[in-house]
Amino acid sequence: MTAAVAKSTAHSIVEASPRARAVAGSLVILYAVITILPLLWIVATAFKSQSDAIAYPPKVLFEPTLEGYVNLFTVRTRQTPDFIAKLPPPETWYDKLVRQRDMVIAGPSKVVPRFVNSLIIGFGSTFLAVFLGTLAAYAFSRFRIPLADDLLFFILSTRMMPPVAVAIPIYLMYRQLNLTDTRLGMILLYTAVNVSLAVWLLKGFIDEIPREYEEAALVDGYTRLQALRKVVLPQAVTGIAATAIFCLIFSWNEYAFAVLLTSGEAQTMPPFIPFIIGEGGQDWPAVAAATTLFVVPIVLFTVLLRKHLLRGITFGAVRK
Amino acid sequence: MTTILQPDDAIIPGVSEPAKSRATRRVRGLSDRTIAWLFVAPTIALLLVINIFPLAWMIRLSFTSLNLSMSYLPLRFVGLDNFTDILTDEDVWFRLQTTAQFVIWSVALQVVVGFGLALLINRQFRGHSFWTTIILLPMMLSPAVVGNFWTLLLQPQIGPFNYLISLFTGVPPSSFSMTGQVSLAPWTIVLVDTWMWAPYVMLICLAGLRSIPDYIYEAAEVDRASAWRQFWSITLPMTVPFLMLAVLFRAIENFKMFDMVNLLTSGGPGSTTELVSITLKRAAFEKWRTGYSSALAIILFVTVFGAANVYVKALNKVKQR
Repeated sequence: MTAAVAKSTAHSIVEASPRARAVAGSLVILYAVITILPLLWIVATAFKSQSDAIAYPPKVLFEPTLEGYVNLFTVRTRQTPDFIAKLPPPETWYDKLVRQRDMVIAGPSKVVPRFVNSLIIGFGSTFLAVFLGTLAAYAFSRFRIPLADDLLFFILSTRMMPPVAVAIPIYLMYRQLNLTDTRLGMILLYTAVNVSLAVWLLKGFIDEIPREYEEAALVDGYTRLQALRKVVLPQAVTGIAATAIFCLIFSWNEYAFAVLLTSGEAQTMPPFIPFIIGEGGQDWPAVAAATTLFVVPIVLFTVLLRKHLLRGITFGAVRK
Repeated sequence: MTTILQPDDAIIPGVSEPAKSRATRRVRGLSDRTIAWLFVAPTIALLLVINIFPLAWMIRLSFTSLNLSMSYLPLRFVGLDNFTDILTDEDVWFRLQTTAQFVIWSVALQVVVGFGLALLINRQFRGHSFWTTIILLPMMLSPAVVGNFWTLLLQPQIGPFNYLISLFTGVPPSSFSMTGQVSLAPWTIVLVDTWMWAPYVMLICLAGLRSIPDYIYEAAEVDRASAWRQFWSITLPMTVPFLMLAVLFRAIENFKMFDMVNLLTSGGPGSTTELVSITLKRAAFEKWRTGYSSALAIILFVTVFGAANVYVKALNKVKQR
């Protein structure tokens, strides 16, 4: 739109001069490069050997190795060179890699179960929040509900509590109900947090679907529920998908509840990653490898979400 | 088209079904009224169970001296003792000050950087959409993971940050520690938070800038208003409501800040970066002073809620102007 109007007026402030645009472009690109450097450093660290990762001065050029990833997925024990020499030849490339460091693989690490927890809790809470949120948003959008404003505000205000504050009574309650450190407990908690976002976002999306479509369907003899399923939902699909991704990202990234309410069974990735320990402190290549694997889905989702990002981060308060 | 919706005007009156059609519709399936309640009830029920009931419980506990590490003791009600303890405790006030300083500086910096970036991106240079996506990445990441990997980047010797600084300034890289030095640590959390959240302010400001109709600038151009004048009289005032919204969201989030800082500095060195959420976590989950920490949690909630309400009123006033 901007461009179209600008073209019609020869000297418009609306369209910047080529020089101004070039300056703006280079400044933004400079900022983008600086902002992405920390992430690139982490991605690179995942491919460093233990000693390269903690080298002084920090190494920009190094010989890439998959050690970090191998260490992330395995538990290893240190052995004497004699012992290793006596072992049958290594069966896999990662066995070989580990033996070069005088170690043998003792078993898988906990990263896979933690990743699975993240997936189950993330998808479980997202599904529930979006399901409940769609129903509630439809009702708020289409029917007169007494005290609707207050209810909507109440739904939102549950987000204003600091998570640590919410965790105190939840911890006590879950202890009574045997829900501490269970996936179900975490799913319920994340659903409750996500549902407020889901209701607010989805209400915005459903508000934008013209009521006339449903009215027509109702006149044609559909019941309300049929009209919802066959007319409204298909049109709200993009909105529902965007909402779902936002919920998923929240559950995926959440740390405070996870660290306070889980310790093993139901622990997700964020509280796990900082505690990937090697010999003598944090195993940085392995931590970086875990971070990389953890962040890749988020990067993909961000690209997918571009158009709806603004809505999602402002609870639908700003729409484009 | 860009619009800002507030909770107050989110509901458009007069959209409900006319009463007379309700009777005819009941013949085919459930009545609208039933459906409305069936649809809203599960969400409300879930929030009651997971949010309101625990909150009510917490309010009750805030009047007790419950300590979970000594939970064999009978529950003893101590009236307002916890609240007076907290409000007369110099340490708590100090933590609140630390938090306030963190909120003010980080939000201010994010507004400057974010608004600046938005102005630049709004020039629509070639490839702006790609670079915008790159800039947006940090805010989508897990704050805990961010806090964790910044500890590596900021390590005095092995981290690239100090090394880069020394390349530009000549200060030896191991002569300062961003997370370990009392004078630097508060700025470090502001810096990392800005790295993460300036794009958030940018995105909202960009929406604000794009909501300004071109004809206003064209009219200003006809009147020969200088670029500077146009910025102060058109761009800024018309973006302010968006900016204020961004500030509201960021301020609430940073007041609650726990994850990133907990992993980056865990409140240290000493207690220079101990935000009030970290104090709360220590009281509740390390010292297990449940009664005391419930009272502190309630004080925090009331603070956020009260401040947010006052602010939203101000925001609505600005919008109406």
